[in-house]
Amino acid sequence: MSTSTMFTPTEPGTTFSSRIGGLAKARETGILLALLLVIAVTTIKNPAFLFSSDGFRDLLLTPSILVVVAIGEAMVIITRNVDLSVGSILGLSAYLTGRLFIDFPGIPILVVFAIGIIFGALLGLINGALVAFARVPSLVITLGTLYIYRGINLAWTGSDRIDPSEMPAAFLRLGTQTILGIPVLTVIAAAVLIVGAWYMKNTRGGREFYAIGSDPSAADLYGLKVTQRVLAAFLVSGAAAGLAGVLYAARYGTVNAQAGLGLELEAVGAAVIGGVAIFGGSGTLWGAAFGAVLLFTINRALPVLGIPDFWQRAVVGVLIIGAIVLDRILALRQSRKLIEARDQDHG
Amino acid sequence: MASVTAPAPAPAPDIKEQRYLDHGQPLWRRILLTREMAIIALLIAVIIVASAVVPRFGTTVTLGFLLLDVTPILLIALPMTLVIITGEIDLSVASMVGLSSVIFGVLHQAGLSIPIAALLALGVGAIGGTINGLLVTAVGLPSLAVTIGTLALYRGLAVGILGTTAITDFPRYWTQLAKDRMGDTGIPIVMILVAILAVIFAVVLHFTPFGRGIYAIGLSAEAAQFSGVRVKRTKLILFVVIGIISALAGIYYTLRYGSSRGDNATGMELQVIAAVLLGGVSIFGGRGAIHGVIGGVLLIGVLASALRLANVTSDVINIITGVLLVLSVVSSSVLAWVQSRRARPGAAQGAGTSAK
Amino acid sequence: MKFGNKLRTVAVVAIASLALAAGCGGGGDGGGEAAPGAEASAPAEDANLAITFLPKNLGNPYFDVSAKGGEAAVKEFGGTFAEVGPAEATPDAQVSYINTLTQQQVGAIVISANDKQAVCDALTEARDAGVKVVTFDSDTNPDCRDLYVNQATAEGIAKVQIDMIAEQIGDSGEIAILSASANATNQNAWIELMKKELANHPNIKLVDTVYGNDKDQESFDKTAALLQSHPDLKGIISPTTVGIAAAARYLSTSKAKGKVALTGLGTPNQMREYVKDGTVKEFALWNPEDLGYLSAFAAKAIITGEIKGDEGDKFTAGKLGEKTVGADKTVLLGDPFKFNKDNIDQFDF
Repeated sequence: MSTSTMFTPTEPGTTFSSRIGGLAKARETGILLALLLVIAVTTIKNPAFLFSSDGFRDLLLTPSILVVVAIGEAMVIITRNVDLSVGSILGLSAYLTGRLFIDFPGIPILVVFAIGIIFGALLGLINGALVAFARVPSLVITLGTLYIYRGINLAWTGSDRIDPSEMPAAFLRLGTQTILGIPVLTVIAAAVLIVGAWYMKNTRGGREFYAIGSDPSAADLYGLKVTQRVLAAFLVSGAAAGLAGVLYAARYGTVNAQAGLGLELEAVGAAVIGGVAIFGGSGTLWGAAFGAVLLFTINRALPVLGIPDFWQRAVVGVLIIGAIVLDRILALRQSRKLIEARDQDHG
Repeated sequence: MASVTAPAPAPAPDIKEQRYLDHGQPLWRRILLTREMAIIALLIAVIIVASAVVPRFGTTVTLGFLLLDVTPILLIALPMTLVIITGEIDLSVASMVGLSSVIFGVLHQAGLSIPIAALLALGVGAIGGTINGLLVTAVGLPSLAVTIGTLALYRGLAVGILGTTAITDFPRYWTQLAKDRMGDTGIPIVMILVAILAVIFAVVLHFTPFGRGIYAIGLSAEAAQFSGVRVKRTKLILFVVIGIISALAGIYYTLRYGSSRGDNATGMELQVIAAVLLGGVSIFGGRGAIHGVIGGVLLIGVLASALRLANVTSDVINIITGVLLVLSVVSSSVLAWVQSRRARPGAAQGAGTSAK
Repeated sequence: MKFGNKLRTVAVVAIASLALAAGCGGGGDGGGEAAPGAEASAPAEDANLAITFLPKNLGNPYFDVSAKGGEAAVKEFGGTFAEVGPAEATPDAQVSYINTLTQQQVGAIVISANDKQAVCDALTEARDAGVKVVTFDSDTNPDCRDLYVNQATAEGIAKVQIDMIAEQIGDSGEIAILSASANATNQNAWIELMKKELANHPNIKLVDTVYGNDKDQESFDKTAALLQSHPDLKGIISPTTVGIAAAARYLSTSKAKGKVALTGLGTPNQMREYVKDGTVKEFALWNPEDLGYLSAFAAKAIITGEIKGDEGDKFTAGKLGEKTVGADKTVLLGDPFKFNKDNIDQFDF
């Protein structure tokens, strides 16, 4: 028995996945780099963009609502579904927040947060139940619930508005307060991001989301509890939208029936730009968060750069298309590398 | 000659003459007991109820306004049906409506005549559709993601070109033409165009090989490819067509409302898709029919019109649309589950039972 | 499949019919108002006092107040009042509502137009069907309406805002305008006149005009963007109540509070807190309730034939007394009124 021809098995985590890991990391860092580039160019043109205290605060503050929603949306997209009702859930939750303060004066702010999150989770659960149990495509279901929830919002709100004077000052201050120079809302968004990203990467439950998104039938055959995970994904997405609704009320102070209109496509766009594949199975919450921040920062940067901000949506469109083309190229390269590596090992 | 007595023929077994039918069910059942007919029946029921309950609903004036309102959705729903049957989707249609509206307005303001400006706007629609189609077929990207991107891109171009101003200066002749009715019937003249297009799409989808190919692609693109259907070419053609029709809807919208704005028709894509799905087209692809889709569009239009006349606010219209959509999709799923439960204890039903 | 389809048809028909019946019977504002209109329009037109207000958009406090005034007026002369409107202040949304009102054969539409021209075709169609059209607050082309009720002369409105900002920034510096929607007739008229008035203030420079579309969040974000793009900005004029409220809310939590002056047209209730905390020194408006009240009476006068809308016609407008129609079929309410911290507590709207 000669040892020279002994076949040393490759350890998982070295050749294949380290390369894959590298690519994935390249995606998120790519977004981060683009973000820093935009900020740098704009700050050169107008230093107040970054260096005035208002500028820095607004830069971090304004996207935080979309970041929270994008995180929830990303979780759903990773399981190969989509949640189009997040905008309507945000609107309902924001109005609920206002009404809680009006109808129950003196209610503690934390209770309002909790109620908002639970309310959003319940609405998300309805979505999840319909998708998981009725085995209906989530695009259709969440399209229907988008209409239904928005209709309920309109019916409840009427032409009423919540004015800032009707909410406690302490709550509204949350919208602009800073801790060590970082806005409170950003801290909340970052906390959600860190918890979510850790769950997705390091826990078994999180990895199962990816498995379900990559190949639902294989996941089913493997014995994963697909129904439970899908329910969980929609629950989280709804809860995130509910939380974002409370943050919206704190930030803007005025809530009417238009709150959150059109937000769902922004959230999906942010996730896609951030590297979450629309057919599930890949991408990270970090990417979605950076995508959201990038979208908002571009919006702010354009007027400073002298481009009328009307063009912002066109820029977003180009970014989305660029992102998915890039993902496709990366995926093709990755599969080619995998085939090469497989051929090498067997050769 | 040796006589070989043929053995007496065996007594003929009691074989009844086998009649092989072309279909499992008689014609009237095939036509009437379908999802599409369910929607059309619902539409008729709603019309009857609305005419009785809502004052002034059953007038030609109302009919005219109703048809004017649903025309853009109906126009786009026709090619959207074909696109969804192949298993793809196009979310950028409303943005193309806005973009073509803007291009149309800007060109007209720059001095071009209405027909020329309209033709160029249609050209923009074709270009937009080609971009969608190429990204889906040549680059191989999922149409959901691509059209979310082009939704933002085309809308962004539309808003970018005009900002938030609107061009509202159109010649009376054309804006009137968009709204004129035919004599006393109350039916707008544009319905002739819509009817022609509907007939063309119905014929193509149901009676041509191209249309059969569309169904085949929806059921299994690979099998279709190997059966000789040119999958990529078909999909590309469909995306270009839906781009042109969306541009046409944009021109109509502009003339009808007399206003060319970057955010015209925002959100219309969801209305179109909701109507198409309501009309019995399966989101998975491979199933659907034009008459069901027309029924779906008219159903939502009639509901909206009747509720508006009854002074019911738009939120209820939203809720009803959403509930109908969810119900129609869930119900087929529930029914399939019920059938699988009923079919399980033994009997193999369907074609093949010779006894009865 | 056959059994299931029939069952489903019946079920969905039942649900839809229930929904329709529920919608007509119980819900919706003024579900009953369609009926009197239907009966009353058969006889002579002067019996049809069903007046519907169609503001630029719903959910706008300014129009909520004017609707209150309109409703009070309609109650006074015994008509029926309704208010409908789009959620977004766009011209094509208003056209749909005008069409519906034409079908319903109301007595008069009282509309604040989102665009001078775009709603004209629909309004003409309404007038051809016998519906009277009165514009208020924001006009259309004069040939598609019967009467226009103007809150104050456009020149007066423009001048008072320029005067206030000049006073507040010491008559020199950069200013910007935060407007509503780019097509609104009244906004454009005022902005044009403001630019003309600025000729009298050579040291004040107008550097930007942005549009918040009468949406609170958008106006809020546009104010932030203005302050970032123009670091030397000394003053903002916002001739729209939604815009000035949003801008004030942003300014009061930013470093620019007190350094950048803010004025324009606002309602006392929305602005009270910002006047008291020093963000805003002074702003102007008229009484929108009176505007709505006057518009409703004007509509009634046209419906009953009391006036035809020609110059010199006189009609009584309830507690506002006698009003005369001016040139271009316009009725004037009065002059703009300046609010500041000395008098703001006297008002509640």
